[in-house]
Amino acid sequence: MTAEETPRVDLTTPTGLIGETEEGGQELLPRGETPPDELARERGSVLRLPEDTAAGEPSDMNVEIPDDETMIINFGPQHPSTHGVLRLMMELDGETVLRTKPVIGYLHTGMEKTGEELTYQQGSTNVTRMDYLSPLTNELVFSMATEALLGIELPPRAIWIRMLLAEMQRVASHLMWLATNGMDLGSTTMMIFGFREREMVLGFFEKTTGVRMNHNFIRPGGTAADLPDGWEDDVNVIIDTIDARLEDYDQLITGQPIFRERTEGVGALTAEEALALSATGPILRSTGIAWDLRRTMPYLAYDEVDFDVIVGTYGDNFDRYAIRFNEVRESIKIIRQVLERMPRGDYRVQDKKVTPPPRARIDESMEALIHHFKIFTEGFKVPEGEVYTAIESPRGEIGCYMVSDGSAKPYRMHIRGPSFVNMQSLPVMLRGGLVADAIATTSSVDPVMGESDR
Amino acid sequence: MTTEPVTTQPVTTEPVTTQPVTSTGQDVIFPSRDRYHETVAAYKTDGFAMLADLTAVDYLTHPGRTLPDGVVAERFEVVANLLSLSAARRVRVRVQVPEDSAEVRSLWDLYPGAEAMEREAFDMFGIRFAGHPDLTRILMPEDWEGYPLRKDYGVGRVPVQFKEAPGPR
Repeated sequence: MTAEETPRVDLTTPTGLIGETEEGGQELLPRGETPPDELARERGSVLRLPEDTAAGEPSDMNVEIPDDETMIINFGPQHPSTHGVLRLMMELDGETVLRTKPVIGYLHTGMEKTGEELTYQQGSTNVTRMDYLSPLTNELVFSMATEALLGIELPPRAIWIRMLLAEMQRVASHLMWLATNGMDLGSTTMMIFGFREREMVLGFFEKTTGVRMNHNFIRPGGTAADLPDGWEDDVNVIIDTIDARLEDYDQLITGQPIFRERTEGVGALTAEEALALSATGPILRSTGIAWDLRRTMPYLAYDEVDFDVIVGTYGDNFDRYAIRFNEVRESIKIIRQVLERMPRGDYRVQDKKVTPPPRARIDESMEALIHHFKIFTEGFKVPEGEVYTAIESPRGEIGCYMVSDGSAKPYRMHIRGPSFVNMQSLPVMLRGGLVADAIATTSSVDPVMGESDR
Repeated sequence: MTTEPVTTQPVTTEPVTTQPVTSTGQDVIFPSRDRYHETVAAYKTDGFAMLADLTAVDYLTHPGRTLPDGVVAERFEVVANLLSLSAARRVRVRVQVPEDSAEVRSLWDLYPGAEAMEREAFDMFGIRFAGHPDLTRILMPEDWEGYPLRKDYGVGRVPVQFKEAPGPR
């Protein structure tokens, strides 16, 4: 059935659905034409907080500034510091940001719809392209949702391999963030350093999975292959190097007066605001709430390793920087424990329904060939049910809501992208700040548009 | 309506929250559409401080799904995942939304974070959220027609021309 055959929505409602979407609702309208509650929301001050201490009801808004004294500027979608194709519409009074409206969707490729067309076996190739800076996290949450529906238990080695890769991924993603954040603040030195260190981790991924990004390595039932020979040495070299260089970066950035001037107290968010806006990850932790799914709702074997949850105090850009910086150290701490305790055994579950036969068996056994063929053409069937799994991605809670109707393809596969949800806190962070700081604040949200738009 | 458990309370104050049902080891509640908002509000006062996720499902081709007794299956379902940080607990709210009046109350007044998620559900499924401040498309272009994640909306295809191969089809 094509799009033309789609029945038009019944326009029984007073305004009508189509009419409402055709009026260009994503634009930031002039102040005089915006209804007060909409104005308040765009200013980021309409949060209904538990103690009713909210920054205000729509009636409290200062709408006195005439339209011709402010300026609405369009920032992005093609701007080097928007981390992809984020578009921000901002109303400025001089250099002060009054209202912001993030406009997203430029990278929307219908991955959730595609996910319904692919089998569970193929699905991880699709989800890995969402958050392209931490692809393994996407694969992990997809695989965990599928495994929860299948009801299979993973062998210990598969769990620890996944944990190793997830933490390496967190290191790579945070280093990438340090690099781009440095660039947004004018520190090209940090940009080069961050990319250089990330490349080491990606080199390890290439050795392990065959590709630098979009690995399709973590799959339902375990991983695609075992770790390569000598992986311990590779990992040791990488984490020792990064650990030593983090000290240098600490000296280079953390104490630097210019950096601190530009980040401290900028883009602050309170804990109540972060909770109300469903912000997760470093944004939520920067406000002082020690919420890390690895600790608070452990998955894989995170309850068996020792690490600290880094929290901030003021919820400003500097806290978010410090959290990410120190989380790299915590991840290295976890990786060291994984190196010590990596169990032996299978890297994938030996469930014939899910796992294809070993390559060597295909040459000698007809049954193995048929088995292989059936799994890769038809996929495996997943019992009817629905589940929501969530893990801690470098950006926050990434969740997968999976509905199965008993066939080999997900009936519905929804990914709760942390970038998508965290973007909502941007207007609140930017309110009242300078337009020059908007770049730094946008960067501190760490949005990945591929995941936000999916 | 679900049959309420016999309680000592007067009949007029029937409990707002229905008992959670376990689905794949997770707590799910199925409020009616009228009680959806107050059920979520009751959970919020119970400590569920964050709306972790909100999405929708179109059950057009799968009407015979398993639902608890008393819940009438409709075409759409709005699924909200609430998160309690103090108890480290999740609860999922699934509300049935009929096709002919695809509308539920917005959770925006309880959780401002519902704003983008409800816009996405509207964009992809055409479900209206009454009380939402700015119910417009978020991912698709503003003049797009149809709702892509509905099951009767086709998957887009671009014919691929391979070198030295006969034309598509």
